[in-house]
Amino acid sequence: MRRSARKAQESSRQITRRGLMLGAAQAAMVAVLGLRMRKMQLEQAEEFRLLADGNSVKIRLIPPARGLIHDRNGVLIAGNEQNYRVTITREDAGDVDTVIADLRRLIPLSDDQTAELLEEIRRRAPTAPVTIADRLSWEEFSRIAVNAPALPGITPDVGLSRAYPQGPDFAHVVGYVGPVSDYDLGQIENPDPLLHIPKFQLGKLGIEAKFEDQLRGRAGQRRVEVNSAGREMRELGRQMGEPGVNLQLTLDYRLQNYAAARMGEESAAAVVMDVQTGDLLAISSSPAFDPNLFVRGISGPDYRALMENDHRPLADKTVQGLYPPGSTYKMVTALAALEAGVIKPGETVYCPGHLEVSGRRFHCWKRAGHGRMDLIQSLEQSCDVYYYDIAQRVGIDKISEMARRLGVAVRHDLPMSAVAEGLAPTRAWKQDRYGQAWRVGDTINASIGQGYVLTSPLHLAVMTARIATGKAVVPRLVRSIDGVEVALPDAPDLDLQPGFLDLMRRGMSAVVNSRRGTANGSRIVAAEWTMAGKTGTSQVRNITAAERARGVISNDQLPWNRRDHGLFVGYAPYDNPRYAISLVVEHGGGGSSAAAPVARDILLFALHGGVPPLAAYPESQRGRIKTLQDSLQLIDPDTLSGGRSRA
Amino acid sequence: MSYLEANLKTVPTGLRKVLYLNWPVIILLTAVACTGFLMLYSVAGGNLQTWAEPQMKRFGLGMVAMLVVAFVPIWFWRNVSALVYVVALLLLVAVELFGDIGMGAQRWLEIGPFRLQPSELMKVALVMMLAAYYDWLDVSRTSRPLWVAIPVALILLPTALVLKQPDLGTSIMLILGGGIVMFVAGVSLWYFATVLAAGAGLIFSVLQSRGTPWQLLHDYQFRRIDTFLDPGSDPLGAGYNIMQAQIALGSGGWAGRGFMQGTQSRLNFLPEKHTDFIFTTLAEEFGFVGAFSLLMLYALILAFCILSALSNRDRYSAIVTLGIGGTLFVFVTVNMAMVMGLIPVVGAPLPLVSYGGTAMMILLMAFGVVQSAHVHRPR
Repeated sequence: MRRSARKAQESSRQITRRGLMLGAAQAAMVAVLGLRMRKMQLEQAEEFRLLADGNSVKIRLIPPARGLIHDRNGVLIAGNEQNYRVTITREDAGDVDTVIADLRRLIPLSDDQTAELLEEIRRRAPTAPVTIADRLSWEEFSRIAVNAPALPGITPDVGLSRAYPQGPDFAHVVGYVGPVSDYDLGQIENPDPLLHIPKFQLGKLGIEAKFEDQLRGRAGQRRVEVNSAGREMRELGRQMGEPGVNLQLTLDYRLQNYAAARMGEESAAAVVMDVQTGDLLAISSSPAFDPNLFVRGISGPDYRALMENDHRPLADKTVQGLYPPGSTYKMVTALAALEAGVIKPGETVYCPGHLEVSGRRFHCWKRAGHGRMDLIQSLEQSCDVYYYDIAQRVGIDKISEMARRLGVAVRHDLPMSAVAEGLAPTRAWKQDRYGQAWRVGDTINASIGQGYVLTSPLHLAVMTARIATGKAVVPRLVRSIDGVEVALPDAPDLDLQPGFLDLMRRGMSAVVNSRRGTANGSRIVAAEWTMAGKTGTSQVRNITAAERARGVISNDQLPWNRRDHGLFVGYAPYDNPRYAISLVVEHGGGGSSAAAPVARDILLFALHGGVPPLAAYPESQRGRIKTLQDSLQLIDPDTLSGGRSRA
Repeated sequence: MSYLEANLKTVPTGLRKVLYLNWPVIILLTAVACTGFLMLYSVAGGNLQTWAEPQMKRFGLGMVAMLVVAFVPIWFWRNVSALVYVVALLLLVAVELFGDIGMGAQRWLEIGPFRLQPSELMKVALVMMLAAYYDWLDVSRTSRPLWVAIPVALILLPTALVLKQPDLGTSIMLILGGGIVMFVAGVSLWYFATVLAAGAGLIFSVLQSRGTPWQLLHDYQFRRIDTFLDPGSDPLGAGYNIMQAQIALGSGGWAGRGFMQGTQSRLNFLPEKHTDFIFTTLAEEFGFVGAFSLLMLYALILAFCILSALSNRDRYSAIVTLGIGGTLFVFVTVNMAMVMGLIPVVGAPLPLVSYGGTAMMILLMAFGVVQSAHVHRPR
């Protein structure tokens, strides 16, 4: 359709008119909006600026209460206590130096602390509160609260801070919390806003670290009205967060305490396990440290003292510590040989005191030799030659396979820091690691738990529990999470011939209960608690030919850190096993003298549920045991009853 | 054959069209969008990935789409206007049936990897439809009641669908956008006067309907009106947003607090700081100078659209150019008036600056139509 020129002209005129009107309308709108801007931003700017600066409503986070950790009886291991502290907000304070100077007249702050603090205040955002001091006494706190109006930007408040009422007893297992560091923040993708709260505490070690996400809880929010100095005038509303989940561990606080006390000053580690369920009842590394020191921020000298101590209090020897298991490994070798069918249960080997293999002489610990030995006797008297002999027949790969089957040299899934895998060497491993072929001598060393074999006390406890029950018991540390029972891990049958296992148990019983057994001095005479076990002594040095020629010097004459490790593994009662124990005393000397007596006492404590009765000990030892028991400083369950309700 | 097609030989062809684009408008659009990136970067606390980067990508994509649309002759767009309108209408029905629900309203349609907001498309489709209608209609009939009733129906149909989502902001935009096209097409001013009077009556009856069984608005919408009239009545609830927005705006002063220095947005006092309320952050950080400059940029876009339309003898081109330019400016006016407390809070983003994919893409494509009209104008 062709539009007439007249109509087109009319349309154009119409549109021009209306377009210009639209332009005029636009100009009017621009004027209205511009005037409004002018009014708000130029005429009322001062008012609004004041409102913005003293913006009366602020949102503050409420840190959630961290989840509590209890022992198997419900006794508090990690709780929260009230912490009086004082924070400063740069923006509200104005002249920070003057405010801090005023504050120093109320609470003691050293020059160093002040300098550090001023530095931190400058580094943080002007609106972020910075903690000046915490764990103030009530007096200091109220002194600041009273003077608060004269101290702009200063806020006294009450927070919760972590406390470990059991002190060092659980230091390695439960770990500790500490302030969030920049490094921590870098590690976390999309960190919880809570972590930006100054001095917010985060699990750094052990269960505190492994269960961090669950223990932390969710933050709540508070809407508060504040005045221009940033001081809260009133609360307008709050939305509660969620506290962290509570954990109940399988550990028994009294046994844990007893184990620590009994190991005393030794550099040692003990693991006590329920052989049926796998529950760990005690897992104690000695010496320990006080986790509360870390919560408060450990001082330089204290930290140096811990670092420089040659007994390594910071290391968790129970799961991180790896030791040659020594003779406690002999059950592994024997079971491997039996299972492979290379020896018969009644097989005997003659021990002349050494064994010559490809021109090298391997000594038994008893230079004179044991004579003819059967399997049970070889365990009882810990004859080395017996194992040199059978190990050559079965080969290293089968021995190490048996080790893993018994829970040695596998990484157990426990919520603790740096759980070590240990090492059960194989031919392929050595080729891989050192590029060298496996030698017979390596097998001989491994057969008695020396050489390349490395195990943690946890491994040895699991091994003992598995031998005692014939089931693949798995260690468990957390009993329930927020009241919900953690399922017991499956313990399938080990699938070893019952006859073979029984042989091991009889051998282990002979170690303790037979007159010639290496741990006979540590027997339990109470019939219902009879113990079975195995001693181990692992060398940390090579005895050179020259030394041997001079006559091997006894441990006592050596410097501490070159002495042998003493080990003991055991379980009780013999006929109806309940608890297994493994104990390593670093550089303690022989397993029978250094480890077995301590292990017996801890095992008895577990069986009896308290300080063991003297009647359980051989009569000749009772006097000495009594003295020992009296000297131990244990926690008194009665004074601790308050701990239950403390949250 | 239309007047326009009769003059085909004078229209630039091929890549030479680039030289005939309305470059001032392109530069202005880019300037506004860059302001948007800057503000999105600022409200994200100095983080590019949160909002600014996706927005930049969409802007790039939108510019390409705009050029593609611009290169297609305007008569093609006139011919498909009705189709675009019908498609947009069907999509609105589809969103009603299958749409996603976000923030209590049904607005999104999921098509493959894309999330489409049909109501955004309708804002442009309606302008194109009405422009095509008036191009077809004999000029002398423009103000006859029957011929006025048809465009009114074309406006009210999608408006009703959008209102049902419910999205009051977009409904108002549709009515205003459609109204502008009718206005520039030359519908008698008496109609507009009548509608304004009727509107006043409607507002009165809406307010009266509150609490009665035939209540015409949602409760939250009534509350917004309440808080608009007196923000202080509910400083922690709905009024909180308005008060905080005004504090942010006002505290900007003459030159603002400086880029990334606005305490209101930094401290999370501002609601919807990356969408509807983004203008407050601009006003806080760049003050009166920044806020007024942005307003002028928008005003210049419409000014150049008017210039282009007045020099265009093709009726469809002129109407569609004025319609799209005018609609853009109305959106800007509504958003700014809202954050400055001149009108109640309705969901209305600031075009090209607020974070949002569909809106930006469609707006740029609409400007593609404006460019096409400019390039292919009869000479």
